Amino acid sequence: MTVSPRLRRLSGQAVLGLVCLISLLPVWMVLKTAVTLPADIFATADKLWPASITFGNFLRVLGLPSEVAPPANAGAAISFGLAPPTTVIYTALLVSGQLFFSSLAAYAFARLRFPGRDAIFYSFIAATMIPSIVLFIPNFILIRQLGLLNTFAGMVAPNILMLPFAVFFLRQFFLTTPKELEEAARLDGLNWFRIYWHVALPLQRGPMATLAILLSIQAWNDFFWPFLTGQDESVQVMAVALAQYQSQTGQGQPDWTGLMAAVMLSIIPVLILLVFFGRRIVESLQTSGMK
Amino acid sequence: MSGQIDAPPRRRAGRMLPRMTALRRREALTGYLFILPAGIGLLAFFVLPTLRAAQISLTHWNLMRPAKWAGFENYARLWADAQFWDSMWITLCYVLYNIPVQTALGLLIAVLADRLAKSVALRAVIIAPYLISNVVAGLVWLLMLDPLIGMTNSFLGLLGLAPQGFLSSPDQSLISVAAISIWRHAGFTALLFYAGLQAIPKDLYEAARLDGASEAAMFRLITLPLLRPVLVFVLVTSIVGSFQVFDVIAVTTQGGPAGSTRAVLWYIYENAFQFSRMGYASAMSMVLFAILVLVTLAQMRLLRGDRSDLG
Repeated sequence: MTVSPRLRRLSGQAVLGLVCLISLLPVWMVLKTAVTLPADIFATADKLWPASITFGNFLRVLGLPSEVAPPANAGAAISFGLAPPTTVIYTALLVSGQLFFSSLAAYAFARLRFPGRDAIFYSFIAATMIPSIVLFIPNFILIRQLGLLNTFAGMVAPNILMLPFAVFFLRQFFLTTPKELEEAARLDGLNWFRIYWHVALPLQRGPMATLAILLSIQAWNDFFWPFLTGQDESVQVMAVALAQYQSQTGQGQPDWTGLMAAVMLSIIPVLILLVFFGRRIVESLQTSGMK
Repeated sequence: MSGQIDAPPRRRAGRMLPRMTALRRREALTGYLFILPAGIGLLAFFVLPTLRAAQISLTHWNLMRPAKWAGFENYARLWADAQFWDSMWITLCYVLYNIPVQTALGLLIAVLADRLAKSVALRAVIIAPYLISNVVAGLVWLLMLDPLIGMTNSFLGLLGLAPQGFLSSPDQSLISVAAISIWRHAGFTALLFYAGLQAIPKDLYEAARLDGASEAAMFRLITLPLLRPVLVFVLVTSIVGSFQVFDVIAVTTQGGPAGSTRAVLWYIYENAFQFSRMGYASAMSMVLFAILVLVTLAQMRLLRGDRSDLG
């Protein structure tokens, strides 16, 4: 069996091309549907290009005045209401808390000596093994008893103080940074918090930025917990709003163009991050996913 | 024997605090202070809830009236609940559809990318679906697989095949949900394998090529064994993850049609949050936890994940 190297190369490239096509084509179809007029949806269903382009679906999903009316034959039209700003607030709150508390803990695990340090660190890692549903039931009951259902506090509480992945990720970077600078600062009489804040943390700008990007994407995509604790329209994140719309539609035909405009709105920030920070994201996922 | 070796450091640790110099004591106190917020998070939202879930599983509790002690009634009920075992079976089928295809595809893409295209842009495109949430991936494919306006049926039509129901057909819904998950995860799996491939010394392949080994032989004798630690990591995390499939089902089929995608997490969710059976749902979640621990341990053992063949 001798296949010429050139032919083999060519077929390999064809497979990779196909993989890229399958990765991106569905996203393209979402975009195409999002800019299609509701009336054209069936006529252009199997086309790669819309009959005409409109941004009206985006406007009406955001609750802004729009010349595009929702389809009459579909069930309820989708409206995002406050979901986009809510998602931004939720993500910002969660990620800033996670970055601060996790870097603080990671610094202690990497640099400070105290009894039980490593055992505590490994119990952090072990916590990731517990299936989320085991935790969600008691955590939901706790948040409900505290009267924090449908508040940002309740939605961010379980993960804002500690994210094992973030602690692990940052500890590695603290460990591999020389500690001369910190020791010098120590001799100058700075206390530990000042050393962490003014000396150690600024050296980790790169890893912190990478982590911020990864955590933001993760928080942006959060679903199950916000779905349990943030159903109310005033605190609905986009993923929850999408799921709720979909469950109300049931078996009927959804408001496709509106739904896809909403989907596109929730993907765009992630795609922008991927375009600008592609290398950073790829390389960090590649190495940190291995641990 | 090991007890004797362990004993002295433990004793020393116990006496460490009083004996430490003032400086060391300050350092230790600062250390505890620094991990305090994260420690509170760990205790309040991970450790205590796990214990509490075990406790709740021994009660009947609908959140309206106080919890009532039930002993092991919930576990007995679960044992006899055909729907629970049906949901476990559905979950197992889902895992079996999902994992082999996802892993094989991931390997194929990784090997091809390693040989033919090392560009970051390619890897960025390949992981794009992974960066999109499950919810959105579900909705994207709800459009693509829609029997009326979906691209997939148009494509089948081009090939001369009949249109399919996909998510709305009881026979195809579970496979469709698995396919959505494969779409979302294959690229990420490939990225992890790709990173593993970079760690394999290239001179091994050159030596094998000089000896006249075929591509297939090199893959079987060099690539696969040396990739094993990554393979174990990928398999363990993706299997444990797929047992907990929920988001895609929540936005596409909601367990239907006719219960064909009622995976175990969906069933637990229904019991806890739609029927307010907190005790019963907790019992099921504890059983799922136990099963996942067993699955993980079995895999580590079977695949000897702790040892590498390199060096």
